[in-house]
Amino acid sequence: MSEFIQYTLQGLAAGGFYALSALGLAVIFGVLGVVNFSHGACYMLGAVISAVLLGELHVGFWVALVVVPILMFAFGVLMERLLVRWLLALDPLYNFLLTFGLTLVLVEAVKQRYGVSGLPYEVPAGLGGQVTVGSVNLSTYAIFACLFSVVVCVAVGLLLTKTRIGMIVRASTEAPERTRALGINVGRWVTPVFGFGIALAGLAGVLAAPTRAITAEMGSNFIIILFAVVVIGGLGSILGAVVAGFLVGLVEAYGIAYAPTYAQIVIFVLMALVVLVRPSGLFGREEVA
Amino acid sequence: MSEQMTAKVDVDLAQPSILSRRNPLRYVLLLAGLAVVVMLPYWIYPPVAMDILSWGLFAISVDLLLGFTGLLSFGHAAFWGGSAYCSGLIASHFGVPFPVAVLGGALFAMLIAWPIGYLSVRRTGIYFAMVTLAFAQMLYFVANQARDLTGGENGLQGIPRSFFGIDAVENDPFYFYYAGAVMILLGILLAWRVVNSPFGRVLTAVRDNPARARALGYDVERYKITVFVISAGLAGLAGGVFAISHQFASLQELMWTTSGKVVLVTVLGGIGTLWGGLVGAGVVVTLEDYLASSGFEGIGLITGTIFVVIVLLFRHGIWGTARNVLRRYVLERRQKSRD
Repeated sequence: MSEFIQYTLQGLAAGGFYALSALGLAVIFGVLGVVNFSHGACYMLGAVISAVLLGELHVGFWVALVVVPILMFAFGVLMERLLVRWLLALDPLYNFLLTFGLTLVLVEAVKQRYGVSGLPYEVPAGLGGQVTVGSVNLSTYAIFACLFSVVVCVAVGLLLTKTRIGMIVRASTEAPERTRALGINVGRWVTPVFGFGIALAGLAGVLAAPTRAITAEMGSNFIIILFAVVVIGGLGSILGAVVAGFLVGLVEAYGIAYAPTYAQIVIFVLMALVVLVRPSGLFGREEVA
Repeated sequence: MSEQMTAKVDVDLAQPSILSRRNPLRYVLLLAGLAVVVMLPYWIYPPVAMDILSWGLFAISVDLLLGFTGLLSFGHAAFWGGSAYCSGLIASHFGVPFPVAVLGGALFAMLIAWPIGYLSVRRTGIYFAMVTLAFAQMLYFVANQARDLTGGENGLQGIPRSFFGIDAVENDPFYFYYAGAVMILLGILLAWRVVNSPFGRVLTAVRDNPARARALGYDVERYKITVFVISAGLAGLAGGVFAISHQFASLQELMWTTSGKVVLVTVLGGIGTLWGGLVGAGVVVTLEDYLASSGFEGIGLITGTIFVVIVLLFRHGIWGTARNVLRRYVLERRQKSRD
């Protein structure tokens, strides 16, 4: 039983990384109609930048938690202004291909600069130990990562549902023409929303840095799982992205614990089932074919 | 899906070809193409020439889906790599002539394509790309786990290249090229037949207006699954020849980067042009070979940048651009002669 609780916590912590990134992916898709293939690479950049900040500038985890998302926001703004913007009027597949090309460049650049072996990173002071609840030992950092992701997801959810900015973003997502007709400059929101989505991926990267191997390839597998997450949750749905993120994290953790051979495969079987039973995803709306 | 993608890229497809069926230029082009295929191993290192043809057919199989049915498969590595392993295993265990092994591999690719296609066509557009990508990655994990069969990270090594006991083909890459080229050309012929058949016309209808195709009584999903399986068979044919040529099959063939690379080759050649795939493969394979031999390590930097530039500025691809230029020229001349 105590093992089961540990696996659950690991699953929720990993699910937090997926949920945060999938949230960014979903927000970008909602407003721009772009599926950002480089999301995994942005997650990787978030972790690599944290490691570089610590290793070369001796800037710790807590500062990185604030600085890296800001840097990634700037990176996202540049990316949107310089590249993604020119293809927005075309079929979304073109931006999918564009960001795929960008992924190759980013991964290779990091590989050339920092090599293929992992960059060192340590669990921040105060979060390194374990918490004992009853007879169960739980990693403090996993609890922190899990709670932090939930808080950020809830905050983003509130931002989208309770504030004026959120209202505009949701309106632009659902009915861009009508929103424009109501006198709102939809185009003005495109760039910050893209940057925001990238910043969320970067934030997931910072959170993952203390527990995962930080390499150029760390986003390669991540992005495929992330696609499975948004297919399961329904790409247009913010709630779906978060719920499916945690769900996939749990499935993966139980898979690793109880059936290590099939751990990775189980996620895709889950996706296949969802596609079979509910093609538009658990929380998605029916798409217009 | 992709109303805009196809409309923007395949404007030319919707119009009747500028070269009529009896136009001698058609045959001149075809003969020139065949001559290039025959001469290729004289100009470049024969195994590289074989790579170009294999990747060319691989790209054509993707174009069959992307250009002619409007489906972007981002998981074609599953069929290319799946067949590479299967052909290799058949050749290693049964010692059959390599064309038999490759056909077995292609058959295997079609076999796994059916369930993947069945599930994937339930989604369209960008979702189709993501779902195929995820399923292909699933196959990658399966191959990685089945170490006894696939050799895991070491890959499948020392695949024999048996060919009816003819020593030259079995041991000399130069002669092997011609044996392999025949298989690739048969695959291309099949793709060409599919595109120019009544079945191919229905595919174009499905691409341009799925709702209307459905209203006319065509079972859109069944057409999509069928062409998906055919395309997987062609990708399998190409992957099998590739593996036999290298006498090696590795996890690399199943990676999503391979799925991405073949889409790059297709877009570079020109979406919806069929032949463009060969041109794109020629450029990408020679470039990679040149970079690798010159000791440059960051190949991803170059291919990634090329991808970004093509998608931003050169969406018609090489073949598509050439065709548009030719069309403009012909139309202008017709206009002049009318005046």
